[in-house]
Amino acid sequence: MTALHASGLGKRYRQRWALSDCSLQIPEGRVAGLVGPNGAGKTTLLHLAVGLLTPDAGAVTVLDGQPASGPDQLAKVGFVAQDTPVYAGLSVADHLRFGARLNPGWDAAYAAARVARLDVDPGQRAGKLSGGQRAQLALTLALAKRPRLLILDEPVASLDPLARREFLQDLMEAVAEWEVSVILSSHLVNDLERVCDYLVVLAASRVQIAGDVDALIASHHRLIGPRRDPASLPSDQQVIQASHTDRQSTLIVQSRHPVLDPAWTVEQLNLEDLVLAYMSQASDAARGRRPVLEVQR
Amino acid sequence: MIWLTWRQARTQAVVMAAILAVFGLVLLITGPHLVTLYRDSTFAACHRDCATDAGNFLNQLASKPPYHLVYLLGALLIVLLPAVIGLFWGAPLVARELESGTFRLAWNQTVTRERWLAVKLGVLGLASMAIAGLLSLILGWWASPIDQAADIQGAGGFQSRFFTVDFGTRGIAPIGYAAFAFALGVLVGLMVRRTVPAMGITLAVIIAVQIAFPLVIRPNLISPVRSTSVVTAAAIDGLSSNQNGTLVQVQAQSPNIPGAWVYSSDVVNQAGSANLAPLPSTCPGPNGGGNGGGPQECFQALAAEHLKQVTVYQPTNRYWTFQALEFGIYLTAAILLAWACFWWTRRRLS
Repeated sequence: MTALHASGLGKRYRQRWALSDCSLQIPEGRVAGLVGPNGAGKTTLLHLAVGLLTPDAGAVTVLDGQPASGPDQLAKVGFVAQDTPVYAGLSVADHLRFGARLNPGWDAAYAAARVARLDVDPGQRAGKLSGGQRAQLALTLALAKRPRLLILDEPVASLDPLARREFLQDLMEAVAEWEVSVILSSHLVNDLERVCDYLVVLAASRVQIAGDVDALIASHHRLIGPRRDPASLPSDQQVIQASHTDRQSTLIVQSRHPVLDPAWTVEQLNLEDLVLAYMSQASDAARGRRPVLEVQR
Repeated sequence: MIWLTWRQARTQAVVMAAILAVFGLVLLITGPHLVTLYRDSTFAACHRDCATDAGNFLNQLASKPPYHLVYLLGALLIVLLPAVIGLFWGAPLVARELESGTFRLAWNQTVTRERWLAVKLGVLGLASMAIAGLLSLILGWWASPIDQAADIQGAGGFQSRFFTVDFGTRGIAPIGYAAFAFALGVLVGLMVRRTVPAMGITLAVIIAVQIAFPLVIRPNLISPVRSTSVVTAAAIDGLSSNQNGTLVQVQAQSPNIPGAWVYSSDVVNQAGSANLAPLPSTCPGPNGGGNGGGPQECFQALAAEHLKQVTVYQPTNRYWTFQALEFGIYLTAAILLAWACFWWTRRRLS
């Protein structure tokens, strides 16, 4: 079963397409990272997945159901929105009551235990919590409804490094305990690297690449060698990024097979390099510029 | 969901309840004494031609400070109630969620947003109507001796319940106003998405409707009754004329139609014109000269011209028809606004 299936998905705000022609399949049981620069359409995609938005083109199904189509679908998906909104005037205890009243599957014992671990006074207003505590409260609300899929939109973006680590750690514990699938967005690769085993790169309102992290790492290579036109590479090697100096070319290529050409020094890419390569390819394409070999004299 | 609705509206509900409780207490304290005053008045004992007694009773009340003040305060409160409900209950209901981003939390629980909205609209809409109904009921109970007298003969600042301003302070119409104001506030909040601007727009629209409806729509709901009576010399109060005597109008005592809502009462000649020029020769001329007759002779001469008094009015037995019509119109508007809220939530916020 797929956690999220999008085909030709698009969303338009007035004239501008915030997301276009997005086709994507995220299997269930994974921790999927959705990465891309600000304004790439991450929030739009996630809001489409939880049914806060409806598509203007294509379709999206989440756990084989139409997003927010009914209570059953809503119960299956937990969502932590960007900036982790909570009711500023309601106390922490009120938030747990809110969760209990609005979710038949609410796990009160788990929620209480988690809040107790957070070391906050249950009578405290949520508006007075620190950013980290607020994010943890929002995560508690999303987890205690016992969803099969948890969707988080930039949950750690506004947190300090320590709170960030704790949040992700807690998230991973819950994932391990309950086998919940996760889709998590961030504009920072570092956040995702530690937790994700599936990656989606979204840039310029399109999906640039999506796949298993290990498979992506294995199929991308950095080639360094004498200056050369990327067009002359074998057809199974697809150039993602090319940069050239007077004498040397550095290419990032995707290839299912190992690169055997002895002219190249082949290096392994890390996740960040890979993401950056796809992002810059997207921004070049958006500016109407293809990576070409410039002749420098 | 009902718990959440209550929890989020708790502060506004408590403030509203406190205001109503204080005012209710004032009514409960002054009410029995008002009844005593009524029982002791000649008006209570009167069975026929009670206009004078009714007027005396009201004038007596007007000279006793608390009653007129409480009467006005009650009218003010019930006139302001729809605006308060629209502003503080309606406008922030969804606007605050949209503004603070908490709709993303609320709409991802195991409750569809349609149901979320339905419960909020239903519970708070019915509560608004109940509050308006309750206030109208206790105010009507407290003021029943006054209304009874004022329906016969308005005096001392107390007027018939049918009069334009007083109409909306009694009966079931205020329930309709409250429902309308609440639904309007919610819809404006949904469309504007910001609490404070939504409150401002809601207030402006409510004021405009509350002014326009009684002046433009209510008088045309049912065509009024037109009654004609002969003007006797004794009924003529006076006359007015322009400088050269080409425009003359006569003022006469209005026929006493108890509790009626009188649109106009004009003295016309046989041709049906309210301009009675030229004046009979026995009347004083336009510049104070004339043929030297006294006012009585002039009025006699005018009466001899078969003047008629045409009164256009709504008779008192239509009061509850008007109440029901007004309630129905506002309630229908509220239901349409609520439907628009659902449409907007489903289509425009996604």
